[in-house]
Amino acid sequence: MVEGIIGRKVGMTQVFDEEGNVIPVTIIKAGPCTVIQKKTREKDGYEALQLGLVEDRPRKKTRKPEAGHFQKSGSPVLKVLKEVKYHGPLEIKEGDQVLVDLFEVGEKVHVIGLSKGKGFQGVVRRHGFAGGDAAHGSMFHRAPGSIGASSFPSRVLKGTRMGGRMGGDRVTVRNLKVIQVDKENNLLVVEGAVPGASGGVVLVRKSAFKTKTS
Amino acid sequence: MSNLVRAIEEKYMRQDIEPFRVGDTVKVHVLIREGDKERIQIFKGDVIAKRGSGLGATFTVRKVSYGVGVERIFPLHSKMVKKVEVVRHGKVRRAKLYYLRQLKGKAAKLKEEQQ
Repeated sequence: MVEGIIGRKVGMTQVFDEEGNVIPVTIIKAGPCTVIQKKTREKDGYEALQLGLVEDRPRKKTRKPEAGHFQKSGSPVLKVLKEVKYHGPLEIKEGDQVLVDLFEVGEKVHVIGLSKGKGFQGVVRRHGFAGGDAAHGSMFHRAPGSIGASSFPSRVLKGTRMGGRMGGDRVTVRNLKVIQVDKENNLLVVEGAVPGASGGVVLVRKSAFKTKTS
Repeated sequence: MSNLVRAIEEKYMRQDIEPFRVGDTVKVHVLIREGDKERIQIFKGDVIAKRGSGLGATFTVRKVSYGVGVERIFPLHSKMVKKVEVVRHGKVRRAKLYYLRQLKGKAAKLKEEQQ
């Protein structure tokens, strides 16, 4: 069974559930994906499927080594490749399609993406430091405070939280509920937010944990 | 907004909404759930604002109840809003009638639009 699919975030909206409650949702254009390579225990040491996201706009330039890699699956050269696990004896082979219908409504999924870049951020935003008073004679506003006292330890400990680049990290949002699966248009609707900007690549994976509901 | 978002929203959108405008006096039929019982409550007032597009659109209804101004914001496409009945069309020159909050009594009355 294939564990996941590659997609692109389309955007967010809200929908109503049966009780009339508003729920925020993210729409993901998931797949169709082609199996580019099947990794096996004998050859690669682990089992996985390398999927390629089939998109409306094909790649313009292809390089020869890439063309060779895609040859076995008979697929045109694709931009986005990602690996997903599979388990059990799998009939699937290179060149096969993976579609959104591997998920069902009500199921929980993990969504993995690259968070939006926030640039260089201070310690208040990046690590949630409290900061000081803005007024009342306070001279301590958003500074990190002491990072290593003068006599002991007399140095800055490794891993001390400071300002720096924030965002642009691989983020996994776990256990999002699937609200709708549209096989025809390859759309997947999940409850809640998903990392990254609209148009960003995300990997949707089956939740590893057993869920109580349904 | 993306067309794909619109396509998903389409499925949840209500087609049976009677068109109404800002300035209209309306009766909003709201479904109230109490335990396992359901009933319809009517909220009558003036539409003072409409905002948003698509599935997230809402409208604000204002009424004065026992001398106290009450405003409720309804999601336009919510199933809890059973019906919006237009009682009369008001003649207004603005999209948002927030100025009514400052007015009392006769001054807060909207003139009826002549057809």
